[in-house]
Amino acid sequence: MKPEQIHAKRPKSLLKWIIVFLLVAGTAYTLYRHYIHGIAWWPDTRQELWDVEARVEFDATGGPVHVKLALPASQPGFILQSEHTASPGYGLGFDEGRQRYADWTLRNGQGSQLLYYRAQFRVDPQRRIPQLGEPPEIRPVVWSTPLKTAAAQLLASAYQVSSDPFSFARALAQRLQNPDNQNARLLLSELSPVEAMLRLLNQADFHAREVHGLRLEDGRRRQPVQSLVQVFSGNEWRLFDPSSSQPSATTSGSDAKVPLLLWEQLGGPVLEVVGGKNSSVTFSMLKTSEPATASSNTRMASDALLSLSIHSLPIAEQSVFKTLLLLPLGALIVVALRVLVGLKTSGTFMPVLIALAFLQMSILTGLITFLLVVGAGLLLRQTLANLNLLLVARVSAVIVCVVGLVSLFSVLSFHLDIESGLKMTFFPMIILAWTIERMSILWEEEGPHEVLVQGFGSLMTATLAWAAMDLSVMRYWMFNFLGLQLIVLALILMLGSYTGYRLSELRRFAPLRNND
Amino acid sequence: MKFVDILQQWSRPLRDKGVMGLNERNISYINRYNSRHLYPRVDDKLKTKLLAERYRINTPELLGVIRSHGEIKRLAEVQPAQGGFAIKPSKGSGGKGILVIQQHDGERYQKASGEWIDRSRVERHLSNLISGLYSLGGSPDVAIIERLINFDPAYSDFTFEGVPDIRVIVFKGYPVMAMMRLSTKSSDGKANLHQGAIGVGLDLASGKATRAVQHDRPVMEHPDTGQALSELIIPDWQHLLTLAASCYDMAGLGYLGADLVLDKDYGPQLLELNARPGLAIQLANGCGLKPRLALVESLDEETPDRPDAADRVAWAQKQFSTPEVAFELPVATV
Ligand SMILES: Nc1ncnc2c1ncn2[C@@H]1O[C@H](COP(=O)(O)OP(=O)(O)O)[C@@H](O)[C@H]1O
Ligand SMILES: [Mg+2]
Repeated sequence: MKPEQIHAKRPKSLLKWIIVFLLVAGTAYTLYRHYIHGIAWWPDTRQELWDVEARVEFDATGGPVHVKLALPASQPGFILQSEHTASPGYGLGFDEGRQRYADWTLRNGQGSQLLYYRAQFRVDPQRRIPQLGEPPEIRPVVWSTPLKTAAAQLLASAYQVSSDPFSFARALAQRLQNPDNQNARLLLSELSPVEAMLRLLNQADFHAREVHGLRLEDGRRRQPVQSLVQVFSGNEWRLFDPSSSQPSATTSGSDAKVPLLLWEQLGGPVLEVVGGKNSSVTFSMLKTSEPATASSNTRMASDALLSLSIHSLPIAEQSVFKTLLLLPLGALIVVALRVLVGLKTSGTFMPVLIALAFLQMSILTGLITFLLVVGAGLLLRQTLANLNLLLVARVSAVIVCVVGLVSLFSVLSFHLDIESGLKMTFFPMIILAWTIERMSILWEEEGPHEVLVQGFGSLMTATLAWAAMDLSVMRYWMFNFLGLQLIVLALILMLGSYTGYRLSELRRFAPLRNND
Repeated sequence: MKFVDILQQWSRPLRDKGVMGLNERNISYINRYNSRHLYPRVDDKLKTKLLAERYRINTPELLGVIRSHGEIKRLAEVQPAQGGFAIKPSKGSGGKGILVIQQHDGERYQKASGEWIDRSRVERHLSNLISGLYSLGGSPDVAIIERLINFDPAYSDFTFEGVPDIRVIVFKGYPVMAMMRLSTKSSDGKANLHQGAIGVGLDLASGKATRAVQHDRPVMEHPDTGQALSELIIPDWQHLLTLAASCYDMAGLGYLGADLVLDKDYGPQLLELNARPGLAIQLANGCGLKPRLALVESLDEETPDRPDAADRVAWAQKQFSTPEVAFELPVATV
């Protein structure tokens, strides 16, 4: 009569088999990746690869089209390993002069066009490639009177703390980046940072020129190309970015925090389009690390499993997956904390989304801004409560308030020179609004104590999930060994059938322990 | 390995006593014995009530239902000419949105706390309720108007303001554990344990109090009235358990929490059913649920033909009586 006996026994053993299958398949694929594809167990920093993808977009005007894109070459710090283009229907030629170009041509172009160029660089910490290109002439420099003393003072102070052209250039770049340096502010009121630095270097008799390059930051999409300064010293050169707001990022090669890649070295345009309008070129970049033996050719092998894998996608899509593939880890931590510890959170998976936002900023700014936004949101929500609105309208109103708050905090932190405040927009606004709504209902019904308990639980879970997802080893493993995803799934299934006590229950049921 | 040892040391006595945790309740009982499609029968109080009337299970008489804003004016027809009534959201939980009216003269209404309010206040309450202010997720709701439960004044010292209710865990139709929930000042007149109400464990055989907890920790007397809780005895106990046991036949849920109240004139009444009853009842009774549940589970194979509610209660009362009374020990030391 009742269906209860029917599904009493079977699921348990079925579940066991599914878990065993997932574990075996996950381990097998992980071993396969290691032994057959040659992916190292540990991220090997000495064999870092950068995949950089240029995406050219424009609207063809209906006639012949000629697209000329400057291409990068091997350079100190980076060795060009392979390059590909994707340009269906176009004729393609390479122009290998002092500056390399790709020439795409088409007889008759119509509508919006999309061209891709993709290059893979190996990071070469030894900088084995000798210099390329001759140092440019030194131009005579004439300063207008008000700038003259400022320039002289800048040069003198940079000269004091340097010993060679590169350290001199670094000192100059640091001064130009420093918002409190009066002399630098004066120069920059009339000149661009790159132009100012070039003039200063030329005045001090150093060879330098303006070039175009990229700041290499892992997982960035749709980045523009930037003006940089190339400084020569005898047979060598390095790149400097006087306009960067991150002062440590001034040299090329792997010793800098944010490496700079030289893309175009004549100071000319990076992209020229004839027969099209609204043209633009943007760059995506992705850092992977592989052993030197696994060259790009083996990765592109016609292996059925591999060509179906994420690693065969365009870089822009791959970098989305780099974050996406971390999510199961966050989910695992939520399940573990719920089932094994019994931590109370507000909204089951809200902490994972918060943790994802933390990944984009630093954990400390993340926690502080979260508390600020939710705290201020609770106060605003209190006012809304008095208006006696329907739930959907109330939550929508809270969303508007949260967006307003985040904008306000961003503007404030910008003017207070707290750069990480600008990253607040990474917070999932809708989730924040729901959190505020739920917290304030909780406050009304159960009192502030319960709000603190759940708020603490949520932040605790978010922080732990962040800590796991932020480990560079974890990122490497989850992205390069997709078999681990199956193992994580198996662990989640195991936790889902765990019937033991939660840690919090050991405390809760403590009175039952001692009597008799 | 110290940490693991401590965990072992803490969890073993609980396991030995058969204390059930939330994970085990969810996986081994709720998922296994409660079919999803039966949940609406207990999550919607109006459905429960109509079903109970069909199965001849006593519940406070349904005076009327107000389904829309337009019907709010019908309150005058629905409310009893004399005496009190209660307004409840059909999909509410945790005591939210319940307005208990002691008496009224058509224009002014007296709340349970003794305070008098205007009719417009009652109508606004109804309007909020229908808009979904008290229901889960804010979905539109209907208002249930039911007869006031008159609690026996002989027991008024056991509670502060609210009507106490009796929670019985019914497993496959057998009552396995029971407790009474007494509201306190700190629980704001509500009989919800996590808000600070007192849970009093009840001996299934006699209906006598065995021990009591507040905030999961033992207490001896009611903090507001000073009444010794050990003196609590539920009258008409067998009848009440039979009522609880027959809820299984009506709802079809294998693992069920039945909330009942004692009315001075009408006897035991079903207030609401719960498909995910909490575990604090183990603390109130000072013993674990698992041995009792296991005993009922083992029973199933032995008796293929289904005993009726009264038989099941008789069996349970024999099996699950609590001979020793925990109250005596600490009282003697005072
Ligand atoms: N008809 C009534 N008369 C008097 N008090 C009532 C009545 N109905 C409910 N109550 C009070 O409200 C409390 C909660 O009622 P209940 O039906 O269990 O709703 P909930 O699902 O919100 O817990 C009861 O414990 C009781 O104190
Ligand atoms: Mg209740």
